[in-house]
Amino acid sequence: MMEKTCNCEAMTEQEKLKFIQDVIEDYDHDPSSLIQILHVAQNVYGFLPIEVQELIADQLDIPLSRVSGVVSFYSLFTTVPKGKYVIKICLGTACYVRGSKRVIERLEKILKIKLGETTEDLKYSLEITRCMGACGLAPAMSINEELYMQVNPDKLLGILENLEGGEA
Amino acid sequence: MVSLKINNKTIQADENTTIMEAAKANGILIPSLCYLEGVHQVGSCRICVVEVEGSRNLQASCITKVSEGMTVKTNTKEVRKVRKVVYELMMSDHDDNCLVCSRSGGCEFQELGEWIQLQEENPYQGAHSKLGVKDISNPSIERDLSKCILCRRCITVCNEIQGIGIMENQNRGFDSFVGPTEGFELMDINCTFCGQCTTVCPVGALKERDATVNVWEALLDKNKRVVVQTAPAVRAALGEEFGYEPGTLVTGKMAAALRELGFDDVFDTNFAADLTILEEGTELLMRLKALISGDETSLPMITSCSPGWIKYVEHKFPDQLDHLSSCKSPHMMLGALAKSYYADQLDMDAKDMFVVSVMPCTAKKYEITREEMLGDVDAVLTTRELAKMIKDAGIDFVHLEDERFDNPMGLSSGAADIFGATGGVMEAALRTVYEIITGTEMPYENLHVQSIMGLEGIKEGSLLIDKTTPEWSGLEGVTVRYAAASGLSNAKILLDQIRQGTSPYHFIEIMACPGGCISGGGQPRLTTQAIREKRMEAIYREDEGKTLRKSHENEAIIHLYETYLKAPLGHKSHELLHTHYVKRNMYSK
Ligand code: SF4
Ligand code: SF4
Ligand code: SF4
Ligand code: FES
Ligand code: FES
Repeated sequence: MMEKTCNCEAMTEQEKLKFIQDVIEDYDHDPSSLIQILHVAQNVYGFLPIEVQELIADQLDIPLSRVSGVVSFYSLFTTVPKGKYVIKICLGTACYVRGSKRVIERLEKILKIKLGETTEDLKYSLEITRCMGACGLAPAMSINEELYMQVNPDKLLGILENLEGGEA
Repeated sequence: MVSLKINNKTIQADENTTIMEAAKANGILIPSLCYLEGVHQVGSCRICVVEVEGSRNLQASCITKVSEGMTVKTNTKEVRKVRKVVYELMMSDHDDNCLVCSRSGGCEFQELGEWIQLQEENPYQGAHSKLGVKDISNPSIERDLSKCILCRRCITVCNEIQGIGIMENQNRGFDSFVGPTEGFELMDINCTFCGQCTTVCPVGALKERDATVNVWEALLDKNKRVVVQTAPAVRAALGEEFGYEPGTLVTGKMAAALRELGFDDVFDTNFAADLTILEEGTELLMRLKALISGDETSLPMITSCSPGWIKYVEHKFPDQLDHLSSCKSPHMMLGALAKSYYADQLDMDAKDMFVVSVMPCTAKKYEITREEMLGDVDAVLTTRELAKMIKDAGIDFVHLEDERFDNPMGLSSGAADIFGATGGVMEAALRTVYEIITGTEMPYENLHVQSIMGLEGIKEGSLLIDKTTPEWSGLEGVTVRYAAASGLSNAKILLDQIRQGTSPYHFIEIMACPGGCISGGGQPRLTTQAIREKRMEAIYREDEGKTLRKSHENEAIIHLYETYLKAPLGHKSHELLHTHYVKRNMYSK
């Protein structure tokens, strides 16, 4: 895998483009490295906008339809920007039994979006995940890297408000 | 050779054949759908499953090779059950309204239905989520996703034969579909409109945009003079739609049918093909002259009569457009002349004239909408569409008496006939150019340039100019190198050479479709290699059957220059017969 690291948040658009071009260079413009290159690009941009897919198609000299075919096939790739906070609710057996569905319903109501969507202000995305290994303390969810256990739907609003020092 | 048993019949087969092929050769038919001989053999639909003794699962017979001692059963209870379920599942998400589907009667899925014979209502009901999802963004090709059975044939053809890659699997699960990147329609991307995908699609999912409605309207309009012309490759394939063997020439019946349909003038695109040779040949001579006198010029010169090729090069090699001949494609030339030269003769306003081109090609539907040439031709019918109109009008094609094309744009040489096959334009050009330079006939048996005949993707040859007329003495001793390519992935190889500065050629002929217009995107389905060969033979037969074999000897063309155009590349020619090209991006979004 790619050793390159980046401080994506601080990069300008031009730097991002240059970074991806360098990565493609490192991979020798080899179409068989498409998936790895898409990974890097998604890390840089947070998602894979069509312009980036076009760039990759041109640089690898493969059709855009093939790039988008791969992007739309694997669920780990996304073509829409993700929110600043990606909330993943566990739908593993233990969490399901202990009421993660109610957590989802409540979050959908609070954020006014459906599972898989992102709020218009690009703040929150709502996703599900499989067992996170916290079954003992189900239901579990994560927000970015942070794990939350024994989530009580009534406490969700408070959790969200606390994310940005209470100003959300 | 191996020996195997299929349904209690012991048979011998080459070890490289599939079960399906071996069965067929021995009179045992197995249903198939995605399989397309020599083109698409990837086993994606599973309708062709059979039981192979010793294998746990049923095997797709179109991709499973025979082996020594194999025992195959094609009609067991299990096979019949699975076959039916596969069919029902495909059907469950298919918009099966055959009565309003243009593919009805020639549809492979429908034929399969006759085979499977469902007795009751399909137990699987799909979401029909693609109902009404159509791409009519462009003038050439219509995509109807509700008809697509995901066989992937178009993906193979567009990627592997044409090297374009518009068609691909997108998304997964229930959302999956075959086509360009989601959010893009064919008009937004580098689709060449070659239509090769429409010739392999087994169902009504990919087809030409209909022009028959417009043409009927014009024909039934008493105030319109409706002029029609037919391309060289149409006469070698149209018969197939009426049950003739591939390779049957139906030139005379076609002319009769067109008159019967109500066209006022039945002209021949071949006339304009001869004209193209004079214009394009002169252009080549000018460039060669410039080369010799050390002036700036773009060589190799490349032919420009295939609009799919033109669209391709504009997207993919926008930096190389100077190499293209500036000649319009022949039918555009004829359209332009109909509305000037011929309209003048009739003393009528060109606005009251409606020009229809019958073409083996879908890209020409797009070509007539190009801004540079707008108005030359009003509608393009594919060979398939013409057949439809003839049937629709109740014309008994098979029993028609042969008729001829009309003057003044009906006469053509054999050189024009061979425009329909790869290598033909080059041969036609060489017949004329060589004679202009040397004053003698090209020194080849029967005037055929063997090195560029046949269905190979790229062909090449060279011709030494060993003597010249005084005017062309600068070319004495020059070896003219030429090549012909068909199929766009082959075109790319020659264009890459040009871009890298390593192209050894002076003159290149390119046709977008593999084999040339004879297997164009608008020709009768399906075009196998054997059918291509037969159509090609027919075209050379038409050429050899004529006494007039060279474009520059065509009396009607000579007359046109004397009375109207004056000289090749002259002022009038430039205005009517030449065009320019546009640099394009790959994607317009
Ligand atoms: S594609 Fe074939 S089966 Fe489907 S509606 Fe059209 S004719 Fe009928
Ligand atoms: S028309 Fe030609 S280029 Fe366009 S999708 Fe079909 S095969 Fe590909
Ligand atoms: S569009 Fe036609 S050829 Fe392409 S996958 Fe669908 S059914 Fe097959
Ligand atoms: S089931 Fe949710 S953490 Fe294991
Ligand atoms: S015909 Fe064999 S898998 Fe489709």
